Amino acid sequence: MIKNKRLGTEKSRDKGLGFGESRDERWLWMSGVVDDVEDPIPKIKRLPVADHHLSSPPKKPPSPHSPLSACLMGELAADKHVKYIISIEKKKDSFESVVMEHLRMSGAYWGLTTLDLLGKLEAVDKEEVISWLMQCQHESGGFAGNIGHDPHILYTLSAVQVLALFDKLDVLDIDKVSNYISGLQNEDGSFAGDIWGEVDTRFSYIAVCCLSILHRSDKIDVDKAVNYIVSCKNLDGGFGCTPGGESHAGQIFCCVGALAITGALHHVDKDLLGWWLCERQVKSGGLNGRPEKLPDVCYSWWVLSSLIMIDRVHWISKEKLVKYILDCQDLENGGISDRPDDAVDVFHTYFGVAGLSLLEYPGLKAIDPAYALPDDVVKRIFFGK
Amino acid sequence: MESDEGERLPMSRRPEWSDVTPLPQDDGPDPVVPIDYKQDFTETMDYFRALYRAQERSPRALSLTQEAIRFNPGNYTVWHFRRQILESLDADLHEELDFVERIAKSNSKNYQIWHHRRWVAGKLGSDAAIKELEFTKKILSLDAKNYHAWSHRQWVLQALGGWEDELDFCQKLLEEDIFNNSAWNQRYFVVTRSPFLGGLKGMRDSEVSYTVEAIMANPENESPWRYLRGLYKDDIQSWVNDPKVSSVCLKVLRIKSNSVFALSMLLDLLCHGFRPSEEFREAIGALRTSDSEPLDSDLGKAICHVLQLVDSIRANYWMWRKSKLPVAV
Repeated sequence: MIKNKRLGTEKSRDKGLGFGESRDERWLWMSGVVDDVEDPIPKIKRLPVADHHLSSPPKKPPSPHSPLSACLMGELAADKHVKYIISIEKKKDSFESVVMEHLRMSGAYWGLTTLDLLGKLEAVDKEEVISWLMQCQHESGGFAGNIGHDPHILYTLSAVQVLALFDKLDVLDIDKVSNYISGLQNEDGSFAGDIWGEVDTRFSYIAVCCLSILHRSDKIDVDKAVNYIVSCKNLDGGFGCTPGGESHAGQIFCCVGALAITGALHHVDKDLLGWWLCERQVKSGGLNGRPEKLPDVCYSWWVLSSLIMIDRVHWISKEKLVKYILDCQDLENGGISDRPDDAVDVFHTYFGVAGLSLLEYPGLKAIDPAYALPDDVVKRIFFGK
Repeated sequence: MESDEGERLPMSRRPEWSDVTPLPQDDGPDPVVPIDYKQDFTETMDYFRALYRAQERSPRALSLTQEAIRFNPGNYTVWHFRRQILESLDADLHEELDFVERIAKSNSKNYQIWHHRRWVAGKLGSDAAIKELEFTKKILSLDAKNYHAWSHRQWVLQALGGWEDELDFCQKLLEEDIFNNSAWNQRYFVVTRSPFLGGLKGMRDSEVSYTVEAIMANPENESPWRYLRGLYKDDIQSWVNDPKVSSVCLKVLRIKSNSVFALSMLLDLLCHGFRPSEEFREAIGALRTSDSEPLDSDLGKAICHVLQLVDSIRANYWMWRKSKLPVAV
């Protein structure tokens, strides 16, 4: 009855390149566009670059004090990644740009956080960003993904995070924003994404994280919010999007992050979940998001941050993961992709750099695993300057 | 009325749109994540923005949202407006399900589509249950691990019903791919939540047999091992004492001496008070590791030692397990 047949494994899945084909796994929850899923960007293999004068100058060797340096095959092409992020705005005819109109707010968060981790946030004109950002706010207090779009909890967190990066939270009417968020809590403690009522533990994380940054956690029923998240816990120690939903590294980040922020990590079966999370590391060193799925740089963030929050990050091979992320860099033009030799995008560049930051890669600012903001930004929010 | 195919006539040349002035996207000064638009897409969205601003909830607005969605099904604002129009026009929602199905075929992992589908199905109520189960089945036949499809299916079962054949459905998908963790998760969902099956306790015996069979067929499959443990949720004592559990570990170790999951479950059993017979000691004693060091006489330590070597990427985890072992067993 049970056949010895294995479908959907690494060899059989990686086909189909066109936009809209479910090519493989991706989890860009912040975008609200895609899941587990294709990016909004068609994936193509990187083209070889003929202009070798563009290639990078000799790199400085890794610091001899770095515990990781001995095992590194490559090095983070930090300058290239900065250039890549800044150059996105100059790209013409980019399909990526077309489909990103409605989620530009999240794009800004990804790009700007990456720049900050690389120590280059000042390369951006913050007044211009803030002026655009504030035009995305609605009367309800919520933010849209772009001017003229509808408000959604996803973009409201991105907007708050961007303002936090710039130390400009004071431009907000804090009560207005926090009333928008608290108004999305349901009777059972869960949160809707917007007026249309879609429920998902992603939104629980966003609500808890956003209100914590704004110092307004008292506006929601935190106990109920925690109970709802706990009701989404599975037999493997992981969490899904709603009660009974399959464990998924992205949802696990959201649930563990929300529990960490609310001081409720005692609800997590840390050893059981820790083992499930470290089983996500595959031979190449990369991490997948569910059993029998392909590794992807974005899970460097979802899995790693979760492992750190439950104090189990030493259970995986950090060296192999560092190597995997570095192997996904485009050394010619900057940017990081989901897997080696795929085309880069701003999402995976953020996930890769943030993952390396969690792995204490030299030269990067530290990032907070729960708030997904640089440590110094989080310290500034909670302890002043 | 609305065709899916064919040459696209620019909207500026269609008489029915001559009264609308298109409204370009305002990206603010010096875009951070700037947008470049393809011509047709740009034009469609310019008309969309004009109608959205005017809140024109008309049949032509409905067909315009269809065009905009086809260009970019991720644009949540277009979907929002579409729902408002559908409500205002009191449109045929069965037709709407057909439209969503056409869009979903090539965009089955798009959040907006599933959210919209759920909104429509929720309005139709239990009449839509069978159609929704069929729809998710179709999507799962293209990608059996589509997270949205499973999520939608769970919602349909709980909100609209249709539990009767769900265990058979899981069975069928697991026959197609026994490594499908999503199908194992759904199986647990059905066994624990179906109003027709009598819950975990009532189903345990038959489920344990099924799972043991799955493990024996593919001992390296992570999912049934976790499922087996889940069948004894809140009843660790039965799990430790059930000979079907310990014997599957032993049987696997006899076929595949370095099976990580068999060794791991045996380790868990030992940590929870399982008393191993001589057979278990012999099976572990037979594990020859490459470092030719004699194995520890403490069974738990011996298992951790082997796991450190055969699962070296997680060596730290197994070292930690070793440090947490109860006194010698």
